[in-house]
Amino acid sequence: MSTENDSMLKWPVQGSKRIPNWVYSNAEIYEREQQRIFQGDSWCYVGLEAEIPNNGDFKRTYIGERSVLVTRDADGGVNVVENKCSHRGTQLCQKHRGNVQTITCPYHQWTFSLSGDLVGVPFIRGVKKQGGMPSDFDPSSHNLRKLKVTVRHGVIFASFSDHVEPLEEYLGEAMLALFDRVFAERELVVLGYSRQQTPANWKAMFENIKDPYHASLLHVFLVSFGLYRLDNPTRLFSDKTGRHAAAVSWRGEQKRTQDNADIKALKEHLKLNGVTMLEPVREFEQYTLSMLTIWPNLIVQQQSNTLAMRQLIPKGPGAYELAWTFFGYKTDDEEMVKRRLRQANLMGPAGYVSVDDSEVLKFVADGTRQFPEAEGVLELGGAGWEQQEDHSVTESPIRAFYDYYRKVMEL
Amino acid sequence: MQETIHASSTFAHMPKHVLRSEVEDLYARYVGCLNDERFEEWPDYFMNESVYKIISRDNHEAGYPLAAWLCEGRGYLEDRVEAIRKTMMYGPRYIHRSVSAVQIGAWTGGSLMVQASYLAIETLLDEPSRVFNCGRYLDELVEHEGRLLFQRKVCVFDSLIVPNSLVYPL
Repeated sequence: MSTENDSMLKWPVQGSKRIPNWVYSNAEIYEREQQRIFQGDSWCYVGLEAEIPNNGDFKRTYIGERSVLVTRDADGGVNVVENKCSHRGTQLCQKHRGNVQTITCPYHQWTFSLSGDLVGVPFIRGVKKQGGMPSDFDPSSHNLRKLKVTVRHGVIFASFSDHVEPLEEYLGEAMLALFDRVFAERELVVLGYSRQQTPANWKAMFENIKDPYHASLLHVFLVSFGLYRLDNPTRLFSDKTGRHAAAVSWRGEQKRTQDNADIKALKEHLKLNGVTMLEPVREFEQYTLSMLTIWPNLIVQQQSNTLAMRQLIPKGPGAYELAWTFFGYKTDDEEMVKRRLRQANLMGPAGYVSVDDSEVLKFVADGTRQFPEAEGVLELGGAGWEQQEDHSVTESPIRAFYDYYRKVMEL
Repeated sequence: MQETIHASSTFAHMPKHVLRSEVEDLYARYVGCLNDERFEEWPDYFMNESVYKIISRDNHEAGYPLAAWLCEGRGYLEDRVEAIRKTMMYGPRYIHRSVSAVQIGAWTGGSLMVQASYLAIETLLDEPSRVFNCGRYLDELVEHEGRLLFQRKVCVFDSLIVPNSLVYPL
């Protein structure tokens, strides 16, 4: 006999053509996500090698709700460890970045190497032959929890799972090619960070990047200044599982057509007064826009010359943080750096384009929170999804995402 | 750098206490303009070739150039206003700015360095007011046609995690 609660957690019979609103707000679902997704068989983005260039460098970040440290040890290796002392659970590191020889707990000074080994316990042998640890105490059984780490072209991923498949398999051929397009044979340079917290469920942000439908309808700036239109040549990729996706586009001819009549907010005569803000240079092969969503926590953004990693950090079912790392390449000349910084005006918490998304996602949360039993409708472009589609009037990447999500979550 | 102070400069030769009241008056008018949402008047507080930046303290102190807002010249400021009025999608809000602790430096090479503390309180629809953003203004003022204008204004904010969106100027 099912209880009222049980029936709340049954996915609608139409499958991924529907999203039950409780998926954005239910606490039990959120906990299950933390365990099965963020602590499960997935690769989570944690940083760039360019952020920890020297031995002893560390960066503090999150996988799901768990605080982790990304370190470069004395041998130059990259490690990711839990930011939690193995003694009493004290959070070890209270800084975003720095350089240390060892990781020392502020409470009892237990000391760990940069790769997480317990190397020092004060008074381990007692004082004046009294107290101390028992003789069978083995420090190597009390190391920090060490995550599995993989680094590809300077991008660092970590996993709580011991048996997640290698990154190349995890991404699949199409995603790997789009990923390598941005990172292969490049030395990255961090230009800076931006962090914002949006009062919406983390999945809504992921869906937003998998939703080409809204691009020319919500983002009036893009349309008004000719940066993107629904009739721009576009291509959508999903990997074979549906969990990762890519939306790419390139400039086409800008014409007012019948289709454009649907774009109500089209303001064709807007021209920038600050013309230097958008003077893109063709830097990459083929695509002027490439947005990758890598399950479960990463968006790789290439919008003309502005490049960023957007890391998704859930903060309860009702909020997420988006941690942006803007970067360039060591080979950038001064003009290219300026270009990247100016075009960054479109992105981040104050972005000409990205503000639309953070604001609308709050409206989605405000609406769906009140009606957890209601369902979103995902029928644009059909019922299923393909691994490649050459148009953007579709919601198939979102259906693909939920197909995989439901498998992992058993929904 | 060419000196722009000459015999007819009024502000450079004012007694300190008079200069202070002029500077504080400028900040009061600047903040009043924004608090009243008279955004079209906002670019008038700047020289045509000015820099306006909103940047996190984290980035600023680490020497990273990435700013949340980067405006290089009046055209950029006008574009921001146009976006606020015409293109950006955002929920209604008030931002209440409050400036205090104005520190006035010396005139150097035609510029007056001024630092001030600012606090921005945001009020969204159906929500209580909250602290939205706070930090310092690191400003460079110049005299132009009898007025004090910003040659450079950098808002360095403590609030590393922006509460959703930064829509209006600070």
